[in-house]
Amino acid sequence: MARSVTTQHKTIATVAAWIVALLIFFPILYTIITSFKSEQEAIQGFSIIPSGTFESYSEVQAQSGYFKFFFNSVLLSVGSTILALLVAIPAAWSMAFSPTKRTKDILMWMLSTKMMPAVAVLFPIYLIFRDTGLLDSRIGLMVMLMLINLPIVVWMLYTYFREIPGEILEAARMDGASLWNEIVYVLTPMAVPGIASTMLLNIILAWNEAFWTIRLTTTEAAPLTAFISSFSSPQGLFWAKLSAASTLAIAPILIMGWFSQKQLVRGLTFGAVK
Amino acid sequence: MGNITLKNVSKSFGATSIIPGLDLVIENGEFVVFVGPSGCGKSTLLRLIAGLEDTSGGSINIDGRDVTGEAPAKRKLAMVFQSYALYPHMTVAKNIGFPLKMAGEDKATIDKKVGDAARVLNLTNYLERRPGQLSGGQRQRVAIGRAIVRQPTAFLFDEPLSNLDAALRGTMRLEISELHHQLKTTMIYVTHDQVEAMTMADKIVVLNAGNIEQVGSPMELYKTPRNLFVAGFIGSPKMNLIEGAPAAKNGAKTIGIRPEHLEISTTAGEWKAIVGVAEHLGSDTFLHVQADGVGPLTVRADGELGVHHGDTIYLTPDKAKLHRFGADGKAI
Repeated sequence: MARSVTTQHKTIATVAAWIVALLIFFPILYTIITSFKSEQEAIQGFSIIPSGTFESYSEVQAQSGYFKFFFNSVLLSVGSTILALLVAIPAAWSMAFSPTKRTKDILMWMLSTKMMPAVAVLFPIYLIFRDTGLLDSRIGLMVMLMLINLPIVVWMLYTYFREIPGEILEAARMDGASLWNEIVYVLTPMAVPGIASTMLLNIILAWNEAFWTIRLTTTEAAPLTAFISSFSSPQGLFWAKLSAASTLAIAPILIMGWFSQKQLVRGLTFGAVK
Repeated sequence: MGNITLKNVSKSFGATSIIPGLDLVIENGEFVVFVGPSGCGKSTLLRLIAGLEDTSGGSINIDGRDVTGEAPAKRKLAMVFQSYALYPHMTVAKNIGFPLKMAGEDKATIDKKVGDAARVLNLTNYLERRPGQLSGGQRQRVAIGRAIVRQPTAFLFDEPLSNLDAALRGTMRLEISELHHQLKTTMIYVTHDQVEAMTMADKIVVLNAGNIEQVGSPMELYKTPRNLFVAGFIGSPKMNLIEGAPAAKNGAKTIGIRPEHLEISTTAGEWKAIVGVAEHLGSDTFLHVQADGVGPLTVRADGELGVHHGDTIYLTPDKAKLHRFGADGKAI
């Protein structure tokens, strides 16, 4: 009796989970479906069975040159992630292993910058970029994305590093390791799973970042977010092409996320329970 | 060489003084054990010598060189931690060879020295394993291997056997003592277990609240404890400490008599006592008794003694082995 009730509960929970997952995923699914429709089909109304044409994809590539934007997205997300890790690993190390009375305050302050609406600093940032010649430059945007995501990267690494027993680092010190050797040979290899999760998450965040990438680029440094946006205003009624562009933009990160979901979930929930 | 001298060394964390200021001389090749209850500052003292904590005052000299401000690695000391502190991502060979790698030794030298250390510690068959694939005793051997491979001036052990079960602790105790006889290098060993202290040390430093209560050989501490704290701490089972009339009769505030220095009789003796719990270990019998006019006492008898709960016995302390303490707690 008890077993059948448990099975029934499990079935209900599974069905409910699938419904919620489908609801969340549906906009993306419908975008993918629409991308395989002709423009005429796309404006005819709701339908989940497309004719299966690749017409929109070839037109999008022919018109805009998808690969240039794709290359920029890869460069910006990976580049900004490497920059962020270079800054965040020593920062998280010092906060985890040599904390001061103000360490918690600094961490909270860093996180609080993520709560500030981006538009509040749009003008000063835009003017700085304009005056320093960084507008539409890959380097400028890489630094910008690094700074945006730095608080999250530092927080995640800090949480990971705190899990590493201090005695191991002390043992390394006794064994003659300099600070650099301690970080390179002991801390970093031990924190590889944590660093990998942080890296993945940061790549996804940087890839999806649209506010700054759209406003600070025009052609040279524009990533896939700008690619989608370029289809939305002048060609707003061409739903199939817009969907094809969106699908092309989200596909790489969706595939990467799918293959690394285990690592990501571990990264996001690390330290929540012991 | 491995002479270590502490001069007025103190340590405070904020306003809390952990070690008020102590002097200690450790001679080359000595096996010195710091022993004391939890929180007495013994681990802190070891970490000060290692350089893992900065001193608040005083100086530390190793072989006549002032190392007070030097980084741990420059002191040429090796440390074995309670948690082993092995590098989990490295194999046993790499763990043992890590200090040599940091010292810039070439691969052939590292391989040779690692092989030698592994032979001494019976780890040859485990060199390619990772720490996670080893038992507690093997992990501790790897930690010791990592320490001996760099031929340090002195070894520091911070409660290295606390995480092992009783049987393994006994074996490792012997192995460390054996290692000391082989290497003849200065060893400083921190423990709260006075059995470890008594069995391994050339010299025991008894610490209490950051102060040295007494320094001496195990037998000196056992036979002539300087004060009540040392008297109560050294020896297992603990020394019986008696106040009141029996102490006054001996011209002291407190008298101390070890459980093995009480003569047991079923017919006559100085103190009449009722047996509470009798622990029969085969080789020894421990009796926990309530003595008239004296209070609770622990008595130890060699071999099996046919005495049980509720029996009446008579005890006579060995006068020659009676310890007398004044009102200030110091031995008279």
